[in-house]
Parts: sequence; structure tokens; C-alpha cells
Amino acid sequence: MNQYQEISWQGLWKNNPALVQMLGLCPLLAVTNTAVNALGLGLATLFVLIGSNITVSIVRNWIPNEIRIPVFVMVIASLVTIVQLLMNAYTYELYQTLGIFIPLIVTNCAIIGRAEAFASKNSVQFAAYDGLMMGSGFLVVLLALGAIREVLGNGTLLQGAEQIFGEAASNWHLVLFSPEQNFLLAILPPGAFIIMGLLIALKNKYDKRIEKLVIGEKTKQTIERARVTTESA
Amino acid sequence: MSFRVASSPHNHVKNKTSRVMMLVALACVPGILTQVWYFGYGSLIQILLAVTTAIAAEALCLQQRNYPVVKRLKDNSALLTGLLLGISLPPLAPWWIAVIGSLFAIVIAKQVYGGLGQNIFNPAMAGYVVLLVSFPLSMTLWLPPLTLVEYDISFVDTLMLIFTGYSETGYSLAQLRVDLDGFTMATPLDTIKTGLSNQQTFSELSQIKVFSEQLGIGWTAVNVAYLCGGLILIFLKVINWRIPVAFLTSLFIFSWVCHVASPDGAATASLHLLSGATMFGAFFILTDPVSASTTPRGKIIFAVLVGLLVFFIRQYGGYPDAIAFAVLLANMCVPLIDYYTKPRVYGHTTR
Repeated sequence: MNQYQEISWQGLWKNNPALVQMLGLCPLLAVTNTAVNALGLGLATLFVLIGSNITVSIVRNWIPNEIRIPVFVMVIASLVTIVQLLMNAYTYELYQTLGIFIPLIVTNCAIIGRAEAFASKNSVQFAAYDGLMMGSGFLVVLLALGAIREVLGNGTLLQGAEQIFGEAASNWHLVLFSPEQNFLLAILPPGAFIIMGLLIALKNKYDKRIEKLVIGEKTKQTIERARVTTESA
Repeated sequence: MSFRVASSPHNHVKNKTSRVMMLVALACVPGILTQVWYFGYGSLIQILLAVTTAIAAEALCLQQRNYPVVKRLKDNSALLTGLLLGISLPPLAPWWIAVIGSLFAIVIAKQVYGGLGQNIFNPAMAGYVVLLVSFPLSMTLWLPPLTLVEYDISFVDTLMLIFTGYSETGYSLAQLRVDLDGFTMATPLDTIKTGLSNQQTFSELSQIKVFSEQLGIGWTAVNVAYLCGGLILIFLKVINWRIPVAFLTSLFIFSWVCHVASPDGAATASLHLLSGATMFGAFFILTDPVSASTTPRGKIIFAVLVGLLVFFIRQYGGYPDAIAFAVLLANMCVPLIDYYTKPRVYGHTTR
């Protein structure tokens, strides 16, 4: 397994920011009531994460160790501002739906966590790739959660896709069933917690099997050690 | 003739889980029959739906968790959860209400926490609250007592209302709740809740059709029936007297004080005690051996807390009845209550 493969494996499954590190739960639970909202926030986070990883990696040798955290926060905050202004300009409806959760990307621990744990110690190309993979891992979970909640709650999927993809996407949404009454629990925050818990349980259930599939059968380690005491029995 | 001598203990306690659960279920029967008498066959169908789903969900979970399915199912706990949930549902709610509720009760509120004996929250009430929060419209559509309904509702009508939403003659549930004068008839507690928030006085409200002599028609009888069932359970020592007594006393005191303080702004204590799910909750919900407090003093604190919460939510909250919310909130406090009320162990000095 070369380093790129290792980074992908860590970001997408083994060390997934949402399912394993459980970072950035606040936006994860708050805005995933529809798949489109989740996708919007996931893409914004992905962009910020790649940008901040690249920037931090470039300047990592000039930052005094004592003030590294404020510097990282400044970098992340400027990138979030850029994303916010871009979304305000091009996806105005989505910008209004996500509201406060776009500026709150600054406080997403997954981003500063990667800056601190990976980007400040690795070269630019690895840092950028790590940002891409961690961001994608977050995005996938966000999208899954959003899709499940939207289907359970409203019986639709990708409702409002035109908010991201433009007018061409206005007929993309699927109506799976039209309930008389929406299943409010799935749309409200408690439902997000419950479904998130079930997703984590599902991940843990198939953890071993997928690890075997991806990494392959681990060669059984034979531990050789010199006995310093005689065996008792 | 062999004369087999068994070793001690020679006295056997017959209170196995399955027997306790079955006795509680049987003690519900008078209440259920009264409910059927006043509110129609709907309750029976809801109970059947809820029990079937609960047992199926329990079997599926046990099988997934590699437990002996049939042996575990025989403890009757899933049956009781389904039964309690089915009783609390509005008789003519759509069929998927009972199914979703009991699925949630068994899978999320019970099995995810580790199965029988491990759940923090009362499964039936957790399922009920999920339904109440998710589908407020269906969950508050109680039919008024049959004596007040303008149309005859046959068994076929009940079935069709539950499974299709319309009776055989084409009436929807909302239409059936309207009396000849065009007023929608709600439950007594609901009537009082909406009336008081519309600046009406309690004495004005108690003139409305659903009341007779300031007590709800039908609801009083249902509550008395559950009271009888509960007394049998106490007599058989299946449940402890502390929880029902403390709960009913605290609810009585709080509602009595409030009614005396503002006779027009609050319902009477007797209405609080004999309306909604009070008696059913006192004897069948609060006494759940798993999620209620287990120490003698703790039981009293737990029950008084529920009484206080029930009164506050009924009087000031947004929902007409409050047993489910109050029980869940008090369930959360149980580990703390149990910790501070540990009885002194014989031989140890008090701290």
C-alpha cells in the first residue's frame, strides 16, 4: 500500500471524519435534512479542507510552533469567507437555506484537525490529497445521512437539486412515495442523531470484512521473544 | 414408590419474568374492554397490530444478536410492550402508526440498548412519544365516546378507517368527530387545553358535550377499570404500591392546589385523576420494573417527580396529555435517584 492509497483508506473508511473521528457533528446533524443541503455543505467543507491543507502545508516551515493554531484558524477563516461569498453569488437559495452553518465551517474540528495532524507535517501534494480524501469521506456520510432522512421524512430524493446544479436539474428529484403526513422525527435533529448512530453501527458491523477486502489478509505475525523466565507448567 | 427429596430451598418464587408480564397484560383486560365499549373496536385492532409488530421485531433482533429466539420470546416482554403501546394509540389511527411505533419501541428503545432489562427508557412510551412528535395530527385524533358520535361505526367501518382512512360509507375520521352542530369534539383534556388558551373559563368548558358533571364521558369509566386492574396487580404483589400511590397523591395535591388557587383557570383534581391516561400510567406504565427506580425511597421520589411533570405539562405545556413525556423525563433521572437512595445494607453503619 503506497502513501496515496493509505491516505485514501484513512480518509474514506478507517479514520472517516464523521463516522470514526465524529468531528463536525454540529453541521452534520443540523443541515442534513435533505440530500441537497447535505451535498451543498459537504462540497463547501471539501473545498475549505483542500484549500486549508494546501495553504498550511506551504507555510508550515515558517510558522513558529507557539502561534500555529491562530495561524491555522486565520487560514481556514479566510477560505470559509471565500466559500461563503461564492455561494452568496452563485447559489443564493442554498446559501439562504444553509444560513449560519456556512460561516460555522470555521469551527469544524475536522478541518483544523487535519491542518494540525497532517498538513503541518507533510508536503503539499500529500496534504492536498489528504484534504480531498478526508473531505470526500465527510461528504459521503453527509450525503448518506441527508438522503436517508429525506426519503424517510418526505419520501423524496434530491428535492431542490437546482439550487446547486442550476435550472437543468429542476426535474432531477425522485418522488419515492408521497406520505399523508411527513415523518417529522427523521427531519428533526433527534432523528439525525438516531440515524447517525445506526450508520456508525452499520460501519462497525462490516468493518472487519471491508478491511479484509481492501487491505487483504494480513500476514499472521509471529511474535518471537526470548523467554527470560522458565515456563511454569 | 419413590420418595424424592429435593434439596433446599423448598419454597419457590413463582414470579418469573414471563408470569409477571402475563399478569400485567391480563390486568389490562378490564380497561381494554371498557375502552372498546366506549370508543369502539379500534383499540382491539391497534393492540393486535402493535403486538404482532412488536413480537416480529423482537424475534428479528434476537435472531440478529444470536440469542435463542423462541426461548427469549417466551418472556412475554415484547407482547406487553406492544399491548401497552396499542392501548395508548387513538383507536382509529392509520395502521402504519401502530407499526412504526412498535418497531421503534422494540428496535431502538429496547434492543439497541441491550434488550430486556437494559433499556433506560420505557419502550412503549418511547414509541408513543416518537409517534406523537412525528405525527401530531393522527395521534391527537381521538374519536369522542360512541354515545356522542352521530353515525354508527360498525366493525367493518373501523377496519376500513384504520386501513384506508375512510369508513364504508365514505366518511373520514375528521368528519366523524364533528357533531350535528358542526363542532369538533376532542378529548376532555384537549378541550380544556384549547379552551383555557382561548380565554374560556373551566366552568364554561365543563358544559361542553364531552363532559358530564365535570368529568369526561367514557374516560372516567376507562380510568376506573384500569384502577381495578392495577389494584389486582398490587394485591398479587406483581407491582409495588409505592409508585402508583405516590404518583396519584402528588398529582392530586398539585392539581388541587392549582384549582383552589384559580378555579376558572385550571381543571379539577378529580378530572386530572380520572382523565387521559392517569390510571393506566400509574399502574401499568410507571411500574415498569426496568426503567423505574428500584429502591423503596427512590420509587417514591420517581413517582412524585412524574406527578409533578404530568401536572405541569397538562397545565402549561403544549400537549394535552403528558404521561409519556413525564415518564421519559423521569426515566432519565432514575440512575441518579437510585444512586442517592441506596438502602442501608444490614450490618453497615449509616454514613
